[in-house]
Amino acid sequence: MTTLPTTTQKKLGLVIDLDTCVGCHACVISCKGWNTENYGAPLSDLDAYGGEPEGTFLNRVHTFEVTRDTAPPMVVHFPKSCLHCDNAPCVTVCPTGASYKRQEDGIVLVNESACIGCGLCAWACPYGAREMDGAEKVMKKCTLCVDRIYNENLPEIDREPACVRTCPAGARHFGDFADPDSNVSKLTRERGGFDLMPEQGTAPVNKYLPPRGRDTLDMPDLASMCDPAPENAKGFLGWLDRALERL
Amino acid sequence: MHPAPSLILFTVLSGIGFGLLVWLGLGLSAPVGLAAFILFGLGYGLAGAGLIAAAFHLGHPERALKAFTQWRSSWLSREAVLATATMAVMAPHAASSAFAATPLPLFGWLGAALALVTIFATAMIYTQIKAVPRWHHWSTPPVFVLAALAGGAMLAAQTTLAHFLMLALAAAMVAHWIAGDKRFAQSGSTTGTATGLASLGRVRLLEPPHSGRNYLLREMVHVVGRKHAHKLRLIALGFGAIFPALLLMLPASYGTIALALIVHLTGMTAQRWLFFAEAEHVVGLYYGKR
Repeated sequence: MTTLPTTTQKKLGLVIDLDTCVGCHACVISCKGWNTENYGAPLSDLDAYGGEPEGTFLNRVHTFEVTRDTAPPMVVHFPKSCLHCDNAPCVTVCPTGASYKRQEDGIVLVNESACIGCGLCAWACPYGAREMDGAEKVMKKCTLCVDRIYNENLPEIDREPACVRTCPAGARHFGDFADPDSNVSKLTRERGGFDLMPEQGTAPVNKYLPPRGRDTLDMPDLASMCDPAPENAKGFLGWLDRALERL
Repeated sequence: MHPAPSLILFTVLSGIGFGLLVWLGLGLSAPVGLAAFILFGLGYGLAGAGLIAAAFHLGHPERALKAFTQWRSSWLSREAVLATATMAVMAPHAASSAFAATPLPLFGWLGAALALVTIFATAMIYTQIKAVPRWHHWSTPPVFVLAALAGGAMLAAQTTLAHFLMLALAAAMVAHWIAGDKRFAQSGSTTGTATGLASLGRVRLLEPPHSGRNYLLREMVHVVGRKHAHKLRLIALGFGAIFPALLLMLPASYGTIALALIVHLTGMTAQRWLFFAEAEHVVGLYYGKR
């Protein structure tokens, strides 16, 4: 049923640290790798060796520049995947019941065998978190690696989403937001985690941590030290200066 | 948004088809015999053709029956249920009018009400989407409903009614454009809110996440063709509503109604094309495009 649960027992999700992310795209690749080989239809590539290659991805890293009035510009790498919203507009628009939000852990999933590929859920998502697979014609989205996090065949250290497991910078954190003492709840509290596009009313579960303030050096104005050549140069250089002036 | 031909055909054809069924069901024009066969056939044919066109938009049309299950939450599902219900409920009225020369008003009225709600449900599929601010506004459903009722009244040869409905449609289109042009700014979504970095400074995209195209850009960031928006608005307004309204003031004949119909359908196709092409999805903010 595509009505949303009023509450979920757990609120599993990610914290993404925009301060730490180095924009290496490792999360993009590990996500594609895991989700191509496991749950659901593989994430296809189209025209992979041709002139206009494209593919289905569940996670993508954008890079933004923030221009500031009193400080140098800041480059912010910005990974974006499904935010597993509490008020997920993608779920309620689904005509077949293929899209659903799980009551037990709040993960938003697609039952691919019930998906008619109408694309309305992708339209309803303000974040562009859903992509229709070009080959399978069913809607693909982040599953929060539902086939890893509960998978007892994996070593315990690997029971977290592939993107989190692979991140070399430690910029991605996985946990339960319903638990105020979880790592993600603490991080969100301490670092001022925020929602993307709160005005859209989606109540995202995933939170983003802002870039920390950059260090500022207390140093003199370098430009003022770069005086132009002295007016009355002497010796050879002075002669050269005067000779060139006369030309 | 990408103006898919299947969706333009679906909304225009099934709209006018259900609009015709509204008037036939209400008994404003109560044809019997061959005339009823042709008119009800036209209503059912147009509505059905539109729904079939919509099925071409699906990735897996073989699973389309599942779309009847989620009417509690989904306007698309409601639309499917209502469209089918309209056709089923109207059928005794249609068959009895055509083959027994006895209209069955009870089925007709109920069918007309269902047809009207079906048109509204079609509009709500788009109106409900908050991520497309231009659509998410009260001015969207009147365009769909009035277009269907005006076109349907024209097909039912209710020329006076159709004339006034065409004028109302013209007003609804203009209202939708005027309101729509302000909607994106009113939604409050900017690159700053999309990234949450607005408090730090001015935010712009430095590098996109991929150099090629993808589903999101193809489907939701349709920027080509908007440069002719102004001309297309004039075509939509003139051909879709004003010229048909003027033609309907002439003495009614098959010729004028056929001409008005062709002009109206041309204009409505332009209107629907613009409805999709002009609509900007907030996801474009993540790509530095709208």
